[in-house]
Amino acid sequence: MAGPVHQRDPEDAVLFAPVLGTTRRFWLGATPLLAMTLWGMYAYTLQLRYGLGVTGLNRPVAWGIYIINFVFFIGISHAGTLISAILRLCKAEWRRPITRAAEAITVLVLFFGLGSIIMDLGRPDRLFYVLQYGRLQSPLLWDVTSITTYLTGSALYLYLPLIPDLALVRDRATGWRRTLYTFLALGWRGTPGQHRRLERGIAVMAVMVIPIAVSVHTVVSWVFSMTLQPMWKSTIFGPYFVTGAIFSGIAALIISMAAVRRAYHLENYLKPVHFNSLSLLLLVMSLLWFYFTFAEHLTAYYGGELGEAMVLFAKVTGRWAPAFWAMAVLNFVIPVAILANGRTRTVAGSVVASASVVVGMWLERYLIVVPTLANPRLPYERGFYAPSWVEVSITAGAVSFFVLLYMVFTKLFPIISIWEVREGREGLVTAQERMVGYLPGPVAPVTPVTPAGRR
Amino acid sequence: MARWGMVIDLDRCTGCQACVVACKAENNVPVVPPEQARERRLMLWMEVIPEVEGEYPNVRARFIPRPCQQCDHAPCVKVCPVQALSTSPEGIVSRVFARCIGCRFCVQACPYGVIQFNWRAPLWPGDLYEALDPDIAVRPTGVAESCDFCRHRFQRAREQARAEGREIRGEGDYVPACVQACPALALVFGDLDDPKTEAARLARGPRAYRMLEDLGTAPKVFYLKEG
Repeated sequence: MAGPVHQRDPEDAVLFAPVLGTTRRFWLGATPLLAMTLWGMYAYTLQLRYGLGVTGLNRPVAWGIYIINFVFFIGISHAGTLISAILRLCKAEWRRPITRAAEAITVLVLFFGLGSIIMDLGRPDRLFYVLQYGRLQSPLLWDVTSITTYLTGSALYLYLPLIPDLALVRDRATGWRRTLYTFLALGWRGTPGQHRRLERGIAVMAVMVIPIAVSVHTVVSWVFSMTLQPMWKSTIFGPYFVTGAIFSGIAALIISMAAVRRAYHLENYLKPVHFNSLSLLLLVMSLLWFYFTFAEHLTAYYGGELGEAMVLFAKVTGRWAPAFWAMAVLNFVIPVAILANGRTRTVAGSVVASASVVVGMWLERYLIVVPTLANPRLPYERGFYAPSWVEVSITAGAVSFFVLLYMVFTKLFPIISIWEVREGREGLVTAQERMVGYLPGPVAPVTPVTPAGRR
Repeated sequence: MARWGMVIDLDRCTGCQACVVACKAENNVPVVPPEQARERRLMLWMEVIPEVEGEYPNVRARFIPRPCQQCDHAPCVKVCPVQALSTSPEGIVSRVFARCIGCRFCVQACPYGVIQFNWRAPLWPGDLYEALDPDIAVRPTGVAESCDFCRHRFQRAREQARAEGREIRGEGDYVPACVQACPALALVFGDLDDPKTEAARLARGPRAYRMLEDLGTAPKVFYLKEG
C-alpha cells in the first residue's frame, strides 16, 4: 500500500476490471439471489391469483409488510442522490469515489419502493386508474407525483456523471458492449465545451434533486399523518421520516461500499477515510433520529390522550415492547457506541453499525405502521398482525432482486466515477487554492503539487 | 335537499342481530366461513358490538349497532386516490366498486373501523347464490366496501316519488334494510334537516351523542344513551 494510487495504477485498471470481465465468484453470488428472486415472484403469483387473503393482513390491521417495505425502501433511496448532491454542492473532495455507488442505490431501490405499493394493491390490474382518475386531494397521489419526479430526477442525476465514464469504457470494450456504450455515451469526446455543459447539467440536477428528495419522504409520512389515527396524526412526521430516511440510507451506502470494496479490490479508492466521514454523518443522524423519536413519544406520553396512550403503551411496555426496545438499541445504542469512539470507527466498525441501523430502521417503520392500526380509537377491536410466508417470501425476493440488480449494475457501469477521481487528482492545486481562500489573512505561498507520474 | 341520518336507541337494542342479517342479505355481502373469521376477516356492513362494563358480579352489558357513520366530513372520501368513494348530494357516502384499486387507504383513514375489504374471493354457499340481489353490485376480490345507507333504496324511493309527481318525504319513503328489520324499533331513520321527523327530533334530544364526536368527522349516525 505504498505511495499514492496513481503511481501504482495509472490507468485505474481495477475500476474497469468488473465491467470488462466477470469472475466465477460473481455467478456464485448471483445464483442464490436469482433463486430467491424467482421464489418471491412465485409467491406474488399466488397473491395475484387468490387475492390479499394469502397475506396476514386482517381487520383492523389492513396495512402490513408491503407498506413497511415501501416506507423503508423509499427511505434507503435517500442515501444516494441526496447525500451525493449535498456533498457535490459542498465540494467535499472525499465524495469522488462514493457518489456513483450512492446514486445507483437510489435509482434501483426506488423501483422496489414503487413495487411495494403495487404489491400492496388489492387490484394491481387497475393501477392505471391512479393516472386516469387520480385525485390530487389524496396523499397517495402526492406520493405518486413526488416519487415519479424523484425517480426521473435521480435517474438523470445518475446518468449525467456516467457519460464520461461510458466513453472511457466504450474505448476499451468490444462487441455488443461497445455498441451499447457508444450509444449511451452520446458521442462524448471530453472537449472543454462538453465538460462545461456537463458540469452545468450536474450542478442544476444536484440543486433540483435535494428539495425533491426532501419532499418524497415528507409526503410518504403524510400518508400516515393526514389521517386521524392516534400516533400517526403528528406534525413532526415529515422531518422525522426524512431524518430516518437519510439515516437508513447512509447505513445502506456504507454496507454497499464495503461490499464492492471487498468484491472488486477497491481498497485504494474506498479508503478508511471515506468510511470515517460517512460514519460521522451516520452518527449525527443517529443522534438526530433519537431526538425526534424522543420528542414524538414524550409528547404522546405527557398529553396522555387516551387513543395515543393506548398505542404508546402497546409499543413501549405492551405487545410490541421487544421490537420497540430492539429498535432503540439497534438505532441508537449500538451505532453511537461504535461510532462515537475513534478506535472502533473503522471500516468493520462502520459496517456493523450500519447493519444494525438498517435492521433498526425497518423495525421503526414496522412500529409506526402496525401498533396504530392494531389499536384503533374505538375500543371494540384489538388486532395483531404477523406476516404470512407469502409476504415474507415476496419481501426476501425483493431484497434479493435489489442486491442482484446492484451487482448487475456494477458489471455494466463503473461503480466508482473514474473521470471524477481523475479530475480530483488533477485538481489538487485548485483544491489547495480553495483551502487557502477559506483561511484569514496572509498565508504562506502555496507550493504547487503536481501529481507525480501523471505528467 | 334531505340529509339522511340514523338514530340508534341503545336502550331499545336487544342485540338480536336482525339488522346484521337484513343488511347482509340486502347488500349481497359475502358469507365469511369460520376459518376466515378466525383470521379476523369478518365482513359486516352492519355489526352489533357487545360492550361489557365492570367486573363480575357488577357487570353491565350493552349492544352497540355500528353501521357506517356516514360522516359529513368523511375521512375516507378525502383520501381515496381514484374517487371510488364519494358523498352524494344527499350526504350519503357510497362507492363505485369498479373503480377501487384496493389500496385500503380508506380503511386506515376511517376512525370507526367500518370499512370492509375483500381479502379473498367472495362466497355465497349453496342457495345463497340464487338469493343475490341483481340490482346490487357483487364485489370482486381486492376491493373495499362499506355501508351506504342502502342507497339503492333511496334511489327507488326517489323514482317512486317522481313517478307520483311529488318530493320524496323526509320520513317513511325510504329506510335502509337494517332499520326496516329492527323488531325493537331501536333504529330510526329520516331527514335530519327536517325538524318534523322523528329522527331529527331524537338527534336533537338530550340523550343523543355521536361516536368520537370530537374528531370533527360529523357523523350522521346518532346514538341515544341509555337513560
